[in-house]
Amino acid sequence: MEIYWLLGIPLTGGIFLALWGCRKHAPEINALVSFLTLLAAALLTHRIIDQGPMMVGAGWFFIDSFNVFLVALTAFVAFTTALFSRPYMRIEQEHGKLNAQRLRLYHSSYQIFIAAMLLALTTNNMGILWVAMEAATLATVLLVSLYRTPASLEAAWKYFILCGVGIALALFGTILLYFAAEKVLGSGGTALLWTHLNGVKAQLEPTVLSLAFVFLLVGYGTKVGLAPLHSWLPDAHAEGPTPVSAVLSGLLLNVALYAVMRSKVLVDGALGNDMAGNLMMGFGLLSVVLAAFLIKRQTDVKRMFAYSSIEHMGLITFAFGMGGAVANFAALLHMTMHSLTKSAIFFAVGHATQKAGTQLMDGIRGLIKTNPTIGWGLMLGTVAILGVPPFGVFASEFLIITTAMHEHPWATPFLLLALGVAFASIFGKVQPMVFGETELPKLPYQPALTPVFLHLGLVLMLGLFIPPYLAAWYRQAAQLLGG
Amino acid sequence: MTLTYHLQIVNLLAALLLLISFAMLSQRRIVGLVTLFAWQGAALALSTAIVAWSTDQHHLYYSAAITLVLKVVAMPWYFYRLVRKLDVNRVVEPMINIPTTMLIGIVLVIFAFNLALPISEMSGTVTRSTLGIALACVLLAFLMMITRSKAIPLVIGFLAMENGLFFAATSATYGMPLVVELGVALDVLVGVFVLGIFIFQIRETFDSLDLKHMEKLKER
Amino acid sequence: MSTGILLQLAQTLLAILLAPLLMGWVNQCRAWLQGRSAPPITQPYRTLKKLFHKDAVIAHHASPLFRFAPYMIFACMALAAGIVPTIANDLPFSPAADVIALVGIFALARVFLALAAMDIGSAFGTLGARREMLVSFLAEPALLMVFFTASLISQSTQLPIIVQTLAHREFAIYPSLAFAAVAFWMISVAENARIPVDNPSTHLELTMIHEAMILEYSARHLALIEWAVALKLFTYSALGVALFLPWGIAAQGDVAALPLALLAMVAKLLLGGAVLAFLETISAKVRLFRAPEFLGTAFLLAVLGMLIHFLLEV
Repeated sequence: MEIYWLLGIPLTGGIFLALWGCRKHAPEINALVSFLTLLAAALLTHRIIDQGPMMVGAGWFFIDSFNVFLVALTAFVAFTTALFSRPYMRIEQEHGKLNAQRLRLYHSSYQIFIAAMLLALTTNNMGILWVAMEAATLATVLLVSLYRTPASLEAAWKYFILCGVGIALALFGTILLYFAAEKVLGSGGTALLWTHLNGVKAQLEPTVLSLAFVFLLVGYGTKVGLAPLHSWLPDAHAEGPTPVSAVLSGLLLNVALYAVMRSKVLVDGALGNDMAGNLMMGFGLLSVVLAAFLIKRQTDVKRMFAYSSIEHMGLITFAFGMGGAVANFAALLHMTMHSLTKSAIFFAVGHATQKAGTQLMDGIRGLIKTNPTIGWGLMLGTVAILGVPPFGVFASEFLIITTAMHEHPWATPFLLLALGVAFASIFGKVQPMVFGETELPKLPYQPALTPVFLHLGLVLMLGLFIPPYLAAWYRQAAQLLGG
Repeated sequence: MTLTYHLQIVNLLAALLLLISFAMLSQRRIVGLVTLFAWQGAALALSTAIVAWSTDQHHLYYSAAITLVLKVVAMPWYFYRLVRKLDVNRVVEPMINIPTTMLIGIVLVIFAFNLALPISEMSGTVTRSTLGIALACVLLAFLMMITRSKAIPLVIGFLAMENGLFFAATSATYGMPLVVELGVALDVLVGVFVLGIFIFQIRETFDSLDLKHMEKLKER
Repeated sequence: MSTGILLQLAQTLLAILLAPLLMGWVNQCRAWLQGRSAPPITQPYRTLKKLFHKDAVIAHHASPLFRFAPYMIFACMALAAGIVPTIANDLPFSPAADVIALVGIFALARVFLALAAMDIGSAFGTLGARREMLVSFLAEPALLMVFFTASLISQSTQLPIIVQTLAHREFAIYPSLAFAAVAFWMISVAENARIPVDNPSTHLELTMIHEAMILEYSARHLALIEWAVALKLFTYSALGVALFLPWGIAAQGDVAALPLALLAMVAKLLLGGAVLAFLETISAKVRLFRAPEFLGTAFLLAVLGMLIHFLLEV
């Protein structure tokens, strides 16, 4: 039952916000809807922890520990982002970058985007998964171009076309999957249900499935931001409004990777070899290394952190590619850490850029003086994402690298090099932003940074201590992905 | 060669689809492109309907009807309107000259046929041999997207790609489950309208629909 | 065997004699469609007769090749006409040359024509020769592709066998043949210097191709070339009929079917000529630098036809 609430609340919220229009309290409604969604997600999570995996709605929805963890994460970050965007967008409006109508579009698309992602996570049908992913893209295209500047239009256009082509490839992959499934399960609606496919995965035609996986990986991988199809990601992150960057980076990438993982489980079962894992490791490693070296060259702060997202998604993909209980566990943990930390960073960056009136890092200086909260938020976030202990990212990265060392020693030098380069460049660039000299006066208003510290606090906590039930949960999910 | 007549017609329509894909590659005018797109949709709808009739797959009738309404009537109408409103119907040279594009296209067709051969051998449908053509249509649409720099042709290329995928689904498996097809159609519809809005925004901001102006965001 | 040789001779002779008539028919149709009063259908014969009675004027520095070329071209075309089954399939000559050789014979005639055009050294001749080569280098591979498609279906490159197979198979839609037919039509138009690639009825345009090459010829030489041109059109029409509408051509040893075959042939040619005239009337000549595109499309269609044959019809 919770599942209908979970999907229904953001959807009705989106429609309501579109119809109700540009009233004064739209941001509050937006946050309220997100909060209700979070409640529904919490109830659902509770039920799954209690009762184990379940199917709802005649097999159309399927929740197990893997996706319920992502559902909880998505709902949580969506809620905190809505909290953050409430004052942030209001200030943007005061600055004249937005008008009320675009704000209405923003709120409505935001909720629909969340609904689409939740649908993608909870559906049991690989075809619906595709539809939901595409819907999530469509909902965000107009968000990326919200400011209507030439650069933002270009970014949105690139985002649409590249992801459109990617998602078309994924559709072909889905068709191939259906083609293989139809032979075993017979035609009709049930042949694309993941649970059914999972039951018969050993009988699926290996050649077709390996081809299907290539298409699915490249298709959904475009949305994950895997190199070499990543070029939309920095643009979209840099040119869209900051809350959108936060949810794109923190959530959409995860959901796309989730789609890849669901396919990988099937393909592994059908092939019985490491083909899928090796492909993912290759793409992941390439993304990590490429992104690390591109970070060095960035001048725009949001762009830089977008590349950092590519790097981390590459790392997660690599870890999932390695497979095995430990690597999957580490990847899931890293997914959580990255979502929380990266969205926190974007919140802090959003206020910093709003204050400085530019996204260029050279123009942002001495945050610690103008507003210590933002400064500390950004600094802590950066330290956390760079994998400094005791933050949780350290734990997950450490796990990934030790596993890599153990199982694929050849890859570790690349990973360490990339992480080192990323560390040096990001830290070197953020440090003057926070501690440098500045002429600017103090910020007149108090920024809404509760979400930042909430996220970072969670990351810190998970770095020091993972509650046993959470660890058990992760382990269960890791097992599901083929331990 | 003992195919029944309706299957021969499906094959003929498949060949026609491929031909239209090539015609799109060589078409210089946007209105011509829209017309070709409509014809492609018509061929697609007709072949889907014939497959539905000859194999008794009732859900394919719905697919055919959706295709007819969306891709033959609604979208071309919308595009015609867009072109008229924006006044962009001029002869536009693609970025790569047309004969070269055609040659690349032939290579892509050969590639697609080879790629599809092992899959279609496994398929149990009577229309399996057209899978290669479907894949070729997808690749050709992709090629068209690469060689165009204007917004509307790019979108039409995207939709043509979707047409090819739809045809692939029909020929390999008699179409996806109806729910999925409905979802895909909905997505495509929403996508086109989002793009319509988007094209106006681009026009407003750049005063042109030539995406060559969009070169600011490059990795330096 | 003797009937075969007789038939062969009769058919070749028929082609040579009827070729100007086809040309006349096309011109007449065109005149009707354009609303002009049509010249009599026998006009090409009168032109030929007139030209044969004139004295030839030849440039001072023309080499023997210049005089020899018209005979060669005419001979090539006559040979080509002899290979293509028009009314009967029983052609003893045809094993000597299959469709690939046929393309070679056309090429031979073209080479001589181009050489002769350049022989005088006038600007127009060279220009025409270059343009002709531009057209042919695209048209020939396309023509070969068309033949290959037909050969693949019938498993032979011998024209009589191809015709036999195509005429006597069970009726089925061959998408590959449809493609090949359209490609063949486009190639024929280009090879016979018709609109939209070239305009046969004028030689005062800077865009002319064929007419530029024969500007220097007069009298009997010109007559031979004109006749060869008519013969070429006839041969191409016969080829098209043989490949794509093969019904009615008399099978081997079936002498009784000959009158019917003749009738069918005449009907098909009349129809083909009328269609040619109609298409010429409704289309405009393309600019010269678009001609490669036109032929490229023909080539593309031919290749597609072949590929589709592999995919759908094997």
